[in-house]
Amino acid sequence: MTDTDYDVVIVGAGPAGSCAAIEAARAGLRTLLLERGPFAGSKNMYGGVVYPRILDDLIPEWWQQAPIQRWVTRRSTMILTDNQSLSVDFRNDAWAAPPYNGATAYRPEFDRWLADHAVAAGATLLCDTTVTGLLRDTSRRSGGRVTGVRTDRPDGDVTASVVIACDGVNSFVAKEAGLYGTPNAKNFTLGVKETLSLPKQVIDERFGVRGREGVDIEIIGCTGGVNGGGFVYTNLETIAVGVVLKLTKLAAQKTRPEEIIAAMKRHSAIAPLVEGGELHEYSAHLIPEAGLSMMPEMTGNGLLVAGDAAALCLAAGIWLEGVNFAIASGMYAGQTAVEAIADGDVSQRGLGGYARRLSDTFVLRDHRKLRRAPQLVLSDRVQHLYPSMITGIAERMFRVDNPLAKPGLRRIFHEERKRAGVHLRGLVRDGHDAFRSFG
Amino acid sequence: MTDRNPLWPEISFSDRMDTVEFKVSEKPHIVVDGKVCADCSTRACIVACPADLFVPTSDGGILFNYEQCFECGTCYLVCDNEGAISWSYPEGGFGVVFRST
Repeated sequence: MTDTDYDVVIVGAGPAGSCAAIEAARAGLRTLLLERGPFAGSKNMYGGVVYPRILDDLIPEWWQQAPIQRWVTRRSTMILTDNQSLSVDFRNDAWAAPPYNGATAYRPEFDRWLADHAVAAGATLLCDTTVTGLLRDTSRRSGGRVTGVRTDRPDGDVTASVVIACDGVNSFVAKEAGLYGTPNAKNFTLGVKETLSLPKQVIDERFGVRGREGVDIEIIGCTGGVNGGGFVYTNLETIAVGVVLKLTKLAAQKTRPEEIIAAMKRHSAIAPLVEGGELHEYSAHLIPEAGLSMMPEMTGNGLLVAGDAAALCLAAGIWLEGVNFAIASGMYAGQTAVEAIADGDVSQRGLGGYARRLSDTFVLRDHRKLRRAPQLVLSDRVQHLYPSMITGIAERMFRVDNPLAKPGLRRIFHEERKRAGVHLRGLVRDGHDAFRSFG
Repeated sequence: MTDRNPLWPEISFSDRMDTVEFKVSEKPHIVVDGKVCADCSTRACIVACPADLFVPTSDGGILFNYEQCFECGTCYLVCDNEGAISWSYPEGGFGVVFRST
């Protein structure tokens, strides 16, 4: 296999690509990491929190050097109606010290830092380079094996034993390889975000944190008629506020994404947090939202797919994760390439270790466990009916309506359920689904 | 939503997009077939594109800019007219450059 330009070519220097490159380069493989942006991370945006514990083995004590904005010590889940809010707010002091839990970070900084580790491990990082197609061995014996990539550079063909596609949510590489069916808008959400400048002291006071402590607030019921959710989280000297919108619902109505953010910002529960924040950067990105049900074939002949390109994004209501899945799948793809090249078999069968690694770890275990969650969270009931019922129950419980005596909780529940238009049968079914998913 | 007066300035859409860095290529990475769009009744791209790149014209067509594109992919996914939007990534080194995202 030494007649190739490289042993491994990795498409995309996001977290998946860089971690694949770290594994491959550390094992001594000739590794090329291609990035279409001017630097790693320049095309990347997310809804705010990275959970980097998966890096413990790859980059020991990563927290000493990772470009982190704040350590998340407070996370809230907030349910909004037009003029009410109900929050479950959790704070944990231990998350402010190693090994930490979640962190906010700017992806252009975080992803670039990971790519630097790939370079330090011996990989070649080539930016400003868009992959435009796959090279294949057309001989009958090889079964159409992928043998490299075509780039938009002059004489830009690069051959390799294994190609790893980490080219993001729109993965043209996985599509060209035939691993994806026709993409369907119903499987995707659009994330739209404003990064707002505020002085650090103002952020600390508003969000009740100090030093490098940070807050992540996930919100439901804040996106008008479009199914989705919202978020507010703290960076060091900016806050980020945004929404995640189901594409098919967004397309079927008349309110634009930035107007949906504006409406959420005006809510009495959100406005005091974001007031005075000056727009520092506006951004948008797609999210592969549907989990297990939309995942492509992840192993081809000479080809592996990782990260968002493999739809490895967990959008399960209270758990919103992606970077950790990208890191893990990238690592496992890198390890599998090393193993297959050593064994001299880079066919689909030779690369079979990848599926095993994904299947035996949180990468697919979490997705299998939560396979019903994305659909449930974005259902009309969870989006539009339950918030009204839940805040209605809270209002009745906390309202002192003297001279009337307090109604019993059972009566409140039934009256508010009916008022909100929630059918008992559907509620029981969703509760069962939620219990099976989350329990 | 409440009528609470927001204490932040209204920002025009062009000022909003000016907060984002773009290295604009000479070559458009999205090609829109105006003939298909003229017959389209849904026009989901107009409301869904977060960069507001699709603008209806008075003669019933759709005007399109590729310069300030987030490269998100929303337009081709919501477009239900076969072949109206041909979408690829910009050539290497060009397009959106995020900084604090």
